[in-house]
Amino acid sequence: MILVFVESAEGKIKRTSLEAIAYAHGMGGPVTAIALGNVDATELTSLGKYGAQKVLHAADSKLNQGIIQAYASVLTKAMQDEGADILVLANSSLGTPVAARVATKINASLATNVVALPDTSSGFVVKRSIYTGKAFSVVDLTKPKKVIVIKKNAAEPKEVGGTAQVVPFTLALNDADFAASITSTEKATGEILLPEAQIVVSGGRGMKGPEHWGMLEDLAKTLHAATGCSKPVSDMGWRPHHEHVGQTGVKVAPQLYIAIGISGAIQHLAGVNSSKCIVVINKDPDAPFFKAADYGIVGDAFEIIPKLTEAIKQSK
Amino acid sequence: MFVICEADFEFYLSCLTFLRAISLFTMKILVCISHVPDTTSKINFVDNNTKFDVAGVQFIIGPYDDYALARAIELKEAAGAGASVTVLNVGLADTEPTIRKALAIGADDAIRVNAEPTDSFFVASQIAELAKGYDLILMGRESIDFNGGVVHAIVGELLGIPSVSPVMKLDLDGTKAKLAREIEGGKEYVEVSLPFVAGCQEPIAEWKIPNMRGIMSARTKPLKVVEPKNIDQTVAAKKFELPPPKGAVKMVAADNVGSLVAALKNEAKVL
Repeated sequence: MILVFVESAEGKIKRTSLEAIAYAHGMGGPVTAIALGNVDATELTSLGKYGAQKVLHAADSKLNQGIIQAYASVLTKAMQDEGADILVLANSSLGTPVAARVATKINASLATNVVALPDTSSGFVVKRSIYTGKAFSVVDLTKPKKVIVIKKNAAEPKEVGGTAQVVPFTLALNDADFAASITSTEKATGEILLPEAQIVVSGGRGMKGPEHWGMLEDLAKTLHAATGCSKPVSDMGWRPHHEHVGQTGVKVAPQLYIAIGISGAIQHLAGVNSSKCIVVINKDPDAPFFKAADYGIVGDAFEIIPKLTEAIKQSK
Repeated sequence: MFVICEADFEFYLSCLTFLRAISLFTMKILVCISHVPDTTSKINFVDNNTKFDVAGVQFIIGPYDDYALARAIELKEAAGAGASVTVLNVGLADTEPTIRKALAIGADDAIRVNAEPTDSFFVASQIAELAKGYDLILMGRESIDFNGGVVHAIVGELLGIPSVSPVMKLDLDGTKAKLAREIEGGKEYVEVSLPFVAGCQEPIAEWKIPNMRGIMSARTKPLKVVEPKNIDQTVAAKKFELPPPKGAVKMVAADNVGSLVAALKNEAKVL
């Protein structure tokens, strides 16, 4: 039995968690999902469509905040109660540390940044992304229990037409697990979040200043895309730090990455090399980013961006 | 005379104990550093894709670990005399220049666990073995080679203390800390008591560059080598792979963006 931790934001299940269910379903299941804290009831039921047979819901209001130690204890208990030997989670600021603690508690093999289904022909062999997307490591998870954290796009959410039974999951929470307390959060709401976006539009120094971001945001809005930026742009304070894409910023793996006015330093490429398709727009024909791109346009960003936005609107 | 001196010494010791008990006077910070290829390195493998090719590669302190080290030194300076920063690395003898650099930046002493850092659980177990007694255990959010991003959480779990990552801001107020952690699309503010583990990232502090005095004194600072604790391996590395080479870029004329939209729709199928 495979347990999948599904993460939610504002009551809605995250797409990356649907990928985790698809991954577990792809392994052959059976799949039990577990959600913690406040999640819409319809969202929980809908997990059946994606391949979960059962959905556990730990609705204790103390779990409305993503407290890492508490979440790890709940998942550990759920694995024991359900007799699960595999836990699948999507990589996130919550999922990954929770996975690490669960694996440590149950003496499991742990792999993060997993990009493909395991090969079980000999052992339990997974492929993980390393060197910030520049290579892969193939590792055998040798312990009877495994905790797998998947990288974005490791599996495609598919409606497989099942139904899931939603079961309340109650347990006694341990006060010691709440030693680190979340006092407040600052979160962009209603926007498409960069790490989870299917399309990303990023700007670099070639955008010449924060006052020119409006046209880039228009393009992003037309594409239902998140906006990102290069390191110099966030260092200069043109854009907030959480939009910095690259080796030391956010690593993205969208279907489409559009880079405008970014030369393509190797550190930036490290943050985008898992993208399915890369479009580069730059006035310098020798910008190194073109070598890593699928499509390129040489020209003035300020002329191309509005034209591109218009062309996309017309094609809809 | 002798008796008086001894009594004074005892008084001094008891004062020290008292000061330790009431303040951060002897705050001990452990900073765990990785020894990784420079971010501009070309990645290749040798020995039938089982070993990283070190030829022509420059090794550095992990960039995230470097932020952790910089913040640790700031905290030590703010805490005053008696506070200390120890750096810890799990690695073979070839990591010593990287450790010496951390000493040159301002750490007081160093420990090297003499073992190849094969996987996150192995490294975290070695750290946890030596981390007891430290008030603050800092490291980068992840190493930039294997990108596990879990060592801090495993160390926290092994020691039974909280772990917070990725931390962008870390301020101490007595034995309590206020942190800002980056989450998807924003920040989360966390309060936690010492001791705890933090995985750090920018902008927690500015990287520090060693000065000449630091480089000279680093040569004589203590670097202790300890043998690894025997732990039960949980994963077995089989081989490395490189991604398939990228096809050539297709150029589109600047006055024909419509054809780009068509290609994204019909050819790449991403719109």
